[in-house]
Amino acid sequence: MSEHANNRITRIFEEHRQANTKALMPFVVGGHPTPDSLPTVIKAMDDAGADIIEIGFPFSDPIADGPVIAAAMHEALQNQVTPGKILESISAVRPHIKAGLVAMLSVSITDRLGRASFLDRAVNAGLDGVILPDLDPEQAPDVANLCDQRGLSLGLLVGPATTGSRLTSILDSCRGFVYLLARAGITGESKAAPEVEARVTELRKVTKLPIACGFGIGSPSQVEAVTKHADAAIVGSALVRRLQNTTDPASCASTFVQELRTGLAQPAR
Amino acid sequence: MTKFTPTQPDAAGRFGEFGGRYVPETLIPALEELNSAFQEALADEGFRSELDRLLQNYVGRVTPLTPCPQLSSSAGGATILLKREDLAHTGAHKINNTIGQTLLAKRMGKKRIIAETGAGQHGVATATACALFGLPCEVYMGAEDARRQRLNVFRMRILGATVHEVNSGSRTLKDATNEAMRDWMGSVGETHYILGSVVGPHPFPWIVREFQSVIGKECREQCLNERGRLPEAVVACVGGGSNAAGIFHPFLSDEKVRLIGVEAGGRGPEQGEHAAPLSHGSPGVLHGSRSFVLQDEWGQTADVHSCSAGLDYPGVGPEHAAWHAAERVEYSSVSDEAALEAMQLLARTEGILCALETAHAVSAALCLAAELGKGAELVINLSGRGDKDMTEVARLIEGIEL
Repeated sequence: MSEHANNRITRIFEEHRQANTKALMPFVVGGHPTPDSLPTVIKAMDDAGADIIEIGFPFSDPIADGPVIAAAMHEALQNQVTPGKILESISAVRPHIKAGLVAMLSVSITDRLGRASFLDRAVNAGLDGVILPDLDPEQAPDVANLCDQRGLSLGLLVGPATTGSRLTSILDSCRGFVYLLARAGITGESKAAPEVEARVTELRKVTKLPIACGFGIGSPSQVEAVTKHADAAIVGSALVRRLQNTTDPASCASTFVQELRTGLAQPAR
Repeated sequence: MTKFTPTQPDAAGRFGEFGGRYVPETLIPALEELNSAFQEALADEGFRSELDRLLQNYVGRVTPLTPCPQLSSSAGGATILLKREDLAHTGAHKINNTIGQTLLAKRMGKKRIIAETGAGQHGVATATACALFGLPCEVYMGAEDARRQRLNVFRMRILGATVHEVNSGSRTLKDATNEAMRDWMGSVGETHYILGSVVGPHPFPWIVREFQSVIGKECREQCLNERGRLPEAVVACVGGGSNAAGIFHPFLSDEKVRLIGVEAGGRGPEQGEHAAPLSHGSPGVLHGSRSFVLQDEWGQTADVHSCSAGLDYPGVGPEHAAWHAAERVEYSSVSDEAALEAMQLLARTEGILCALETAHAVSAALCLAAELGKGAELVINLSGRGDKDMTEVARLIEGIEL
């Protein structure tokens, strides 16, 4: 666990804790909207104040993703984007940014490449952590060990109905942060204000890890509703949808990240 | 051959290194609820006798074991017998599972049923069971499959189901499965997802195999009672693998009975030309479980092809992967062309029109019958009737549109 003190994700959350501020975690699909846009989009979001950037690796069969992200992934795959190419993009931009970088991908991809070998490549490319939404819960402790050996964070999903011994065992295998689902269902924008207060309060009783909250969060007011309680807000589909409809991905991402940042809950006075 | 003990999944839902639950946490509570409910139902005599009653007086079980003298003599060897799942209600074995799972869903207090379908047979069987039990039913079907199987789309609608055409990805069975899982992610509380094959996260492969093993139990008893012996071999086609798992499982301990699973060889062994993961694929994760899959070097699901929409799937049930690894079941593949020929031969010699899926097993059985020689007996699981395929067969062999 000592490795994690040096992990960038851990450091970023620690800085926010000390400053009593909250973090913004935008999500983009690697290789979308164009196969080469990732480095400039990441740089633009870093400049605009994104704390941690989540990079979704396109997958042919994404069961947790709604129509916007699924379509972006499909388009990237049509454009011959591969995990190898995304790792190259990440390693090109890593020296020029300060934000944390986390990969979100299916175990179908990590298992094809070999888990240890994929995580080695992730570290070499400059990634600070991984999120594996479809990891078999039985295997989470093994993957946590692999991440520990490499100083990577591991964000595991906690859902609205995750309780009891399953919650405890998931939290035991999380490294760096917990990924709290703001609601059941798939990724995608939602009109409703996310209600996470009760869930976050419960989690705080059983973990000291920072809590990042995603699914259905796409506006400054929703960012605010979430970060009143959680440590970070994750915004995916709302950003991916904007990137789908722009000719200038970098400035589009930058503008939206600045807008979302206005929603981050302010320190209590 | 060494003695093979029939497997049950372990506590983590694994058959050896295969199986498991590779799904987002949102679904895990529902899978655990389903697992407990199924265990309780299996132990409940009331549940079992209600299921038996429905299988008998609604599905039409016991299905016959039909000897095929003409087909056997044209193969020139072993006596070929057919386990007639084509005579089950709705024309295929799929109904064994949908009746069982709908009964289970009722018992769990679920208010709504969803399903995926490829060729439409599982969709029709689910719509049928839902009509019988008075539950609303929504079926996800790839837009490409819906186009090829319009008759089945209409059958589902007449039975009261809503059919959602899926336009994402390759617009076939795997995409319909993705869409059904996405629906379930947001509806797990009141909805039961009836998976149609022995695939997906635990406990689905186990549940579907249990409900389908009525085929093998009946068949084994018929062999002993009507033929006075066990067969030398049992042959079944394998897409996801539900009809094969159902007929194989009760024979696993009979070490002298060869079990042969036949995959879709399509147009050839190159990636994209077939749907035969056990013959040409490798271990990987797809749709919630670890099994043999067809993927590219980066873990993306590969394109697959088969003339038969029911076999046109890039994965296979994890228990088949375990049987393959233990060498208890032999897996081979049969081309589109050979399957089409076998379908016609069976129709002309015995007056039985089988599904294109089933025709793959018939083709492999013809070769095996010659190899086993006279005096031997082999059983083909005749998993479904061929009416649904006539439009496609007409197009393939005569180049005409019906």
